[in-house]
Amino acid sequence: MSKLEIRSPLPGTFYRASSPETPPFKADGAAVSNGDVIGLIEVMKTFQEIPCDVSGQNIVFLVENEEPVMAGQVIAEVDP
Amino acid sequence: MTISSVLVANRGEIAVRIIKAAKALGIRTVQVYSAADADMLAVRLADEAINIGPPAPKKSYLNIEALIAAAKASGVDAVHPGYGFLSENGDFADAVEAAGMVFIGPSGDAIRLLGDKVAARSVAAKAGVPTVPGSDGRIDSLDDARAVVEKTGFPIMIKAAAGGGGRGIRIVLTVLELEQQFSQASAEAAAAFGNGGLYLEKVITRARHVEVQILGDGVNVVHCFERECSLQRRRQKVWEEAPATRLPADIREKLCASAVALARAVHYRGAGTVEYLYDEDAREFYFIEVNTRIQVEHPVTEMITGIDLVQEMFRVAGGAPLSVSQDDIKVRGHAIECRINAEDPSRGFMPAPGLIETLKIPESESVRFDTMLYQGYTVPPFYDSLLGKLIVWAETRALCLDRLRSALEGLTVTGVPTTIPLHLALVDDAQVRDANYHTRFLETWLDTTFAPPAQKSVEVA
Repeated sequence: MSKLEIRSPLPGTFYRASSPETPPFKADGAAVSNGDVIGLIEVMKTFQEIPCDVSGQNIVFLVENEEPVMAGQVIAEVDP
Repeated sequence: MTISSVLVANRGEIAVRIIKAAKALGIRTVQVYSAADADMLAVRLADEAINIGPPAPKKSYLNIEALIAAAKASGVDAVHPGYGFLSENGDFADAVEAAGMVFIGPSGDAIRLLGDKVAARSVAAKAGVPTVPGSDGRIDSLDDARAVVEKTGFPIMIKAAAGGGGRGIRIVLTVLELEQQFSQASAEAAAAFGNGGLYLEKVITRARHVEVQILGDGVNVVHCFERECSLQRRRQKVWEEAPATRLPADIREKLCASAVALARAVHYRGAGTVEYLYDEDAREFYFIEVNTRIQVEHPVTEMITGIDLVQEMFRVAGGAPLSVSQDDIKVRGHAIECRINAEDPSRGFMPAPGLIETLKIPESESVRFDTMLYQGYTVPPFYDSLLGKLIVWAETRALCLDRLRSALEGLTVTGVPTTIPLHLALVDDAQVRDANYHTRFLETWLDTTFAPPAQKSVEVA
């Protein structure tokens, strides 16, 4: 069974939480629903939310917190 | 000691500007770059380039250890910090000096003193510079805050002592709001700036932003007259002019003299800017803060005075006295700068990095485009959205506006959306043509008057 991919719509720096003091939007292994925010992308000093466009179980992040990402890069995968 | 080589501890258009000034003085240039900036224009122009780390600013352009190591490895005798990043970090200035090199700017102590907004306010007050009505220095309790607003009234700003550049500011309109926001503001300031100190300043409504360019060599200080930067969006300057058109001559004289007095009081060395709010109706100006570095909008001052501010920074940092005396500095004509950002005005100024497909720059003796761009360059997403600054000079402001329109029409940047359409609309606006604006003008104008054209932008997956 193939996994569902969640891609970054923009290039920039990926953040899993809204600030260093707050818990991540989604913990490793969490279930997600269409429209959930799974992280932020910092683009030129502004922050954009990354909404999830799929629903599934057991989210696995392929990008570390604060890592640079390219537009279209797969950030996380979930089981359908 | 005359400076013979320099490490440029910055990126983008200001790194290009510093390299050009250094080359004009015969100074060898070493450009640092992050992994995302290997192909930037400053790297191509510099004599040497050194990779200092990953794209994230805190791992590269804000990494003091990496920068000092690069400076030592390249054997330079000076470091130019540009603006932003570490340019106003006193510890960086100290680290450069401790490593046996010259920091091109004021001493670490002067940076720390003037960078602390509360301390700077007291320095200004002692030098006889009018300050915005508010607290006498830092306030530690809500009771003290209540006592201040009894005298000043509302609206009032709660500001972080360690903030700056428009960050760490809240405006409150009532005692209830003050009570609600005070402790939150303190906690936020502690988290953001490592210092929870707060102070209060009355909001001057319908104020203009004027600022005085100063140059010091540690003994003498001169001013290069003022700039006006009232057109701002989210407290970021968008369009700057020199001189300030509506400033009466007697006020100009007092304003510039007050900036010199303040800089003299701290034996200022280097280029700096003293920022003020000017209340046109009351004919009063008030000190806001000092920026202890070269400013983004410095070219408008260069255009009207003929002084190369960045070259002068190199000279005084090398121990030479100022090359100009106050009597030598005269205003000639008018200059306007438009900040060209990679932002889409038709989509809420959403920033958009990407590939520059075409670049055409208008060429004229009275037009200058300070930029980091070249055709085929990919603007990275990790830094600010400033692509370049279009600066135009003419004998009068009216002529300058006309010439600016032609220059904006002659500037072509494709591949990313830009703020060129914003400036084309501003240049023809009746209020802008009359210089009839204040610091809140632009945001209202954007909501009520501006109809941005859609720009072609690349849709991504």
